[in-house]
Parts: sequence; structure tokens; C-alpha cells
Amino acid sequence: MDFKDSPEQAEFRRTVRQWLQQNARPKNDGAQRKSQGELYEEAKLWYQKVADAGFACLDWPKEYGGAGLSQLHKVIWSQEVSAFAEPDGYFVIGIGNCGPAIMHFASEEQKRDLLPRMASAEDVWCQMFSEPSAGSDVAGLRTSAVKRGDKWIINGQKIWTSGAQHSDYGVVLCRTDTEVSKYRGLTMFFIDMHQPGVEVRPIKQMDGDAHFNEVFFNDAEIPDHQRLGEVGGGWGAALLVLMNERLAISGVQPDGFPEFLQLVKTLRLDGEPISSDPLVKAFLAECYYRHAGVKAASNRMLTAVAKGGMPGAEAALGKLVGAAMNQDIANFALQLMDGAGAVMEPELARQQAHFQKTVLFSPGIRLAGGTDEVMRNIIAEQVLGMPQEPRADKGMAFKDIPSGNQHP
Amino acid sequence: MNFDFSEEQRTIQEQARTMLAKECPATRVREQLNDDATGDIALWKKMVELGWPAIAIAEEHGGLGLSYLELCVIAEELGRSLAPVPFIASVYLGTELIKLAASADQQAEWLPDLATGETVATVALEHYPLNHRTQELSLIARGDRLNGTVNAVLHGTLANTLIALVQDERQQPALFHVDLNQAGVERKPQKSLDPSLPLAQLCLQDVYGTRLQGEPPLDQSLSTLLDRVAVLLGFEQVGGCEAAIDMAKAYTAGRYAFGRQVASFQAIKHKVADMFVAKELAKSNAYYGAWAMTAGEQELPLAAATARVSAIDAYYLCSKENIQAHGGMGFTWEFDCHLYYRRAQLLSTLIGGNPRWKQRLADSLLMA
Repeated sequence: MDFKDSPEQAEFRRTVRQWLQQNARPKNDGAQRKSQGELYEEAKLWYQKVADAGFACLDWPKEYGGAGLSQLHKVIWSQEVSAFAEPDGYFVIGIGNCGPAIMHFASEEQKRDLLPRMASAEDVWCQMFSEPSAGSDVAGLRTSAVKRGDKWIINGQKIWTSGAQHSDYGVVLCRTDTEVSKYRGLTMFFIDMHQPGVEVRPIKQMDGDAHFNEVFFNDAEIPDHQRLGEVGGGWGAALLVLMNERLAISGVQPDGFPEFLQLVKTLRLDGEPISSDPLVKAFLAECYYRHAGVKAASNRMLTAVAKGGMPGAEAALGKLVGAAMNQDIANFALQLMDGAGAVMEPELARQQAHFQKTVLFSPGIRLAGGTDEVMRNIIAEQVLGMPQEPRADKGMAFKDIPSGNQHP
Repeated sequence: MNFDFSEEQRTIQEQARTMLAKECPATRVREQLNDDATGDIALWKKMVELGWPAIAIAEEHGGLGLSYLELCVIAEELGRSLAPVPFIASVYLGTELIKLAASADQQAEWLPDLATGETVATVALEHYPLNHRTQELSLIARGDRLNGTVNAVLHGTLANTLIALVQDERQQPALFHVDLNQAGVERKPQKSLDPSLPLAQLCLQDVYGTRLQGEPPLDQSLSTLLDRVAVLLGFEQVGGCEAAIDMAKAYTAGRYAFGRQVASFQAIKHKVADMFVAKELAKSNAYYGAWAMTAGEQELPLAAATARVSAIDAYYLCSKENIQAHGGMGFTWEFDCHLYYRRAQLLSTLIGGNPRWKQRLADSLLMA
């Protein structure tokens, strides 16, 4: 058991730190929150800069725009970059989810063409799985792909697509056969988001912001060479993507703890620092062991991956714990502020209204990328091997299954 | 970075698990479920033969000279099997306190018998002065003579050596080594919530003791002791959590209601998933504590408090929800659910309960 870098890793860390000190912006807690558009432009510039320096997608092969290094190099990079105010995780869904799908299923020519531009964020990618009638039951999706010559004609609607409004390409899961059971009739493709027949509409969320989108397909055409995997093999391909997603987000999932610690260190209540209040300290302790536990669990998982293991469904626990805690911390922080808790003015509210904004945004994180309940099912079934819920749609052809608000 | 135990340490753990599965089934633990239980001597001797109490004692003192990591993997298995032996009292508490607070000569005198299991030690530290420097202590020292009564001494009826926190003639706290096999020592078993880890009252009347003469300040020795024990208990608690989760899974998989396996209901699966999450957090925090204990002394206070609070919450959750998952059978004497529930409660109070350790965690965090 050892947290020390090997000599080679230590050298890499030194190189990274030096480069960041010269090229990354320092953290500035007084900075104003920026608009979506500004953040996006800043993120693109940052990724390009990182790619030019050879630090993009460290664990990808060099010919695909990576550095040909390991997961552990990526961890070292994340640890070092977290000390700076750069949007390093901005394109995590495209790179973390769509990247492996292209890597695994696309032709050599496509990989050499697409992946380097994905790594440098010259092209931005999104992932389109969820639909209005297929959320937790994502295999119940209805967007259809019908073969015509060497093309597929796409019709239907996706929803909750993060970053679709900024994307150049997307990985899309479609139904290609309604006569077989739902898991067997799916096929995966990638699609040009700027082509005719693709329309993106941002969704205004309960917090007033718009991270997620609806995507409509009206006779959008996809050439067959943009199919990822076998016809009817889409479910297996989707599982591969989702497994990589868990690894990509584990350790990135914000849990609200650093911000809360800062609040506890600075807020005073009735003239006394709240850090001397036993109830505040008890809550701080409960949050800290979750925060530290997820971090340590992530290190255990990375150790297993470095030894040649696969990222397991265990990573679901990081999302489950972090998302719920982020919401609970924000709620607790508002209670501590008494009457000032509801004030959302960034100039007045503590830490640029971080906690007020989190109260309104955090419910979405408990739903996105698999709900709390889906995470628990994954842990129970895939990690602990408990039996599946009996399914009412088992053995039925997809066309006969009622779903969402559509009943035959 | 390598955040895992080594192959050799895993082998030690597997051997321990195999041995305990054979030698310490629940029936063996149940033999101790009576009010005059003193602990399973035969099982303790078996562990002594395997060298377990000697693991973290230096070779010059007759020990194996291994690290705390080896002790941690053994602790996990002791917790899993609910082993009814004086391991916590003698190895984690007694031996470690001597290593921390006794002089070099005293260590040379006392540690070899702890390594061979000849000495079974326990401690009386009363309220575990985590934050409180001064308090009234029940044991009073005048010169080398001790008087007073202490309660809730773990394995107090079996142990032959006591390390006690006493008040000396200058009204200062001090640690004394006491041979319990001498005239003037009276022991009374006390009803324990978990009789497999028995408690006793010790009355000392004009009993001879030796002051521990180590150099570090007393507070520092006690503080480090509690941190080490917090991590080691954390591994025992994690072992117990895993056993409780396994029980809940097995029982609900084998039982049918409404025409299907009880384990297939989300109400049960989500419960067990929450048990697993709490256990994984506790395990990961215990790993970090193990690392801090061997390589990161400065981080030990925060790491140990984190491991402790996490493990207390996890074992409480796992042991109570295991009962719930068993339905009415979980409430019977016959089913083993209550063994884990009892053990969870006893371990959670042993070196100070959750509220105290939460404050300690927060203090470490806010000072950093």
C-alpha cells in the first residue's frame, strides 16, 4: 500500500505541474459565474491548448490524438489540474463515453479521422440514449432507423442530451427491429449533428438554466459506414459505453464538500464561528467520511484497473453518494444562513450563491446518467448478484410492449 | 500509486479466513452467550500458535516484526467471524499502549510475553480522554500502590495484566502496569450487551503497580493509541458488515413471497445496496487509515477518525437492516442476526462513541 509516485510518474507530475503553472489560470474565488456560451468557448480553447501540448486523452493511443500513457497518468493530470481554474472536465461525456464507442466499433480510417479532433475538442460529441418514453428503461427507446439502400433513415426524439446544442457529432441508439424483444432490436450509429433532419432544442430546467436538450430526427440520413457494431447489437454496445461513463465520472462527480468546508471555516452565527457548533461539526464529519470514502474507493478501483481489471459497476456508488450529498449540503447551508438563505444575489449570497444555485440544480444530478434508484439496482444486481425484478415485457416483441404514455 | 494490500498480505488474510471458518463458526461464538463467559481460550491459543498477537511486535521483543497492514487484514477476518477472543483487549489496546507509553526496558520486559500469548492484557482508560485533559479518575496511585474500582473492563475476568490510567499523588494522570494475579484484585463479571466480548468490574485494594516510563507525553500516547485502535476496529467492523450483507443476500435469495424470490423486490435490493455503499465507504476509509498508520503519521488523526465514524455508521446500518431483511426470523435468538447487531453496538462504544469521534474528526479537519 503506497501513494508514492514511481520515479517515472514523479517525473511526469513535475512536467505537468510546470506546464500548468505556465499555461493554466489560477483559482480565483471572487470570479463571477459565466454564461453557458462563454464557458463553452473557454473550454474549447483550453482543450486545444492541452492537446497542442500533448496532454489530451493521456491514456489513448498516440495515433488517435492521445499520449499513449496509462490511467494513472490521467489521475496525476486530474490531481494537478484541479488546483487551477480550467474547465478540464467540460467535454467528459463526449470523450469519456463516445470516445470508447468509436475506439471499439469504428473503422481504422474513421478512428484516425475522428478521434484526434474529439481529443482536442475541435469536434464536440454528445450521447443520445434517453427518450421521452425510455428513461430508466432505456432499452425501451423508440427512435427508429430504417435501412434504405446503404443508408439508414432516422425518425424520432431523444431527450436529456447534455451539450447537444454545442455538438458536432453524436452517438445515437436506435430501434432497427420491432418484431424481436426490446434488447435485441437496437443498433448504434454516429451522426453529424449539423446535417438536415436533426433539430436541437434546449430544455429550460427548474433552475432556469439549459444544460440538457431535446433532439428531433426527421428523416435524418446516416450512411451505413457510420454504424457502430452489428445490426441488433446496440444494447451490448450501449453497455460498453455506460461502463466507460462510470469510470469517466467517478472522481469527477461534485459532492459539494469543498465548498461546504469553506463555508464552515468562514461563516459566523450570532457572533460565533459556526465551526464551533457541535451540530455543524457532526454534519461536517458525516459529509467528510462520505467525501473521503468515495475518493479512497475511487483509488482502490484505479489500482484494480491499473492491475488489468475492468472498471466495475462499483463506480455507481460514487455517483449515488456524491449526488445526494451535494443536495443535502446545499440544503443544510441554507438553513445555517437563516433569512439570508433565500437570497440569490451573487454579490450578497455566500460564495457567489453557490449553495442557492446547488439547491435548485442538484435534483437533476440525482436523475441524470441513471437515477439513484437505477444506481441501487446496478449495485444490487451487477455487484451483489441479486436477482432481477420479474419483467412484464419479457419475451414480448417490442411492438407489443406498452411504454411511457403509449399503450396499445 | 498502489492502494491495495500486497499478495502476501492477501495470503495471510485468506489463511485467517479459512482457519476461522473452520474453527470459529457461529456455534462457537454462541457458546460464549452467557453471563459468565470469559472468552474462547482454545481459539485464542490457536491464534497464538499462528503468531497473530506477535504480528506488530518487533523481532527483538520476540515478535514477527510485520506491519500494521498484516494486523488489519487479520482484524477484518476476526470481525467477520465474531471471534470471541481477547484480541482487541490484549493486542490492539494492551500491546499497543505498552509500545507507545512504556520505556525501552519495560518494553523489553513485557512485550515478549504478549507475543507468546503468555500475557493477556487489557486496559482501563475510563472515559477515553479524547478531548478532556483533566477529569476525576477512579483509580488512585500513591507511590506504587493502587486503589479504586473500574467498570466495563474488556476481558477483565480473563486478562492477567492491566494497563490503567490512574491519578497519581500530584493529581496528574499516569499509566500503570498491574499484574492482575495478585492479592487485592477482585474481579466481577458485568453483563455485556455482547457477551462474546465480556466486560468486568475490577476492584483494586492496595495493589502493586509499575508506572509506565516512556518518554512521549501521556496525551500523545493515548491519542495515537486510540487512532490505531480506531483503524483496527474499523477493519473488524467492515468484516462484520460483509458477513451481515452476505446473510441478508442469502436469506432473501432462498425465501419466496408473492410467488417470487424476496431478493428480487427492489425494496430489498435497494436496502442491501445501501448496506453495500456504507460498507464500501467504511472499507475505503479503513484502507486509508491503514496507510496512514504505516506511512502517514501526520494524517493519522484525521484518517483514523474518518475510518471510525464511517465504520460505526456502516456496521449499525448493516446489522440492523440484516435483521429487517430476515423478517420475523431475524428477531429470534436462533438466527445469528443479533450476534452482529450486538457486536456492532459494542464496538461502536468501545473507544468512545460516534458523537465524540465526529467532533474529533471535525477538529482535525478544521485544524488542517
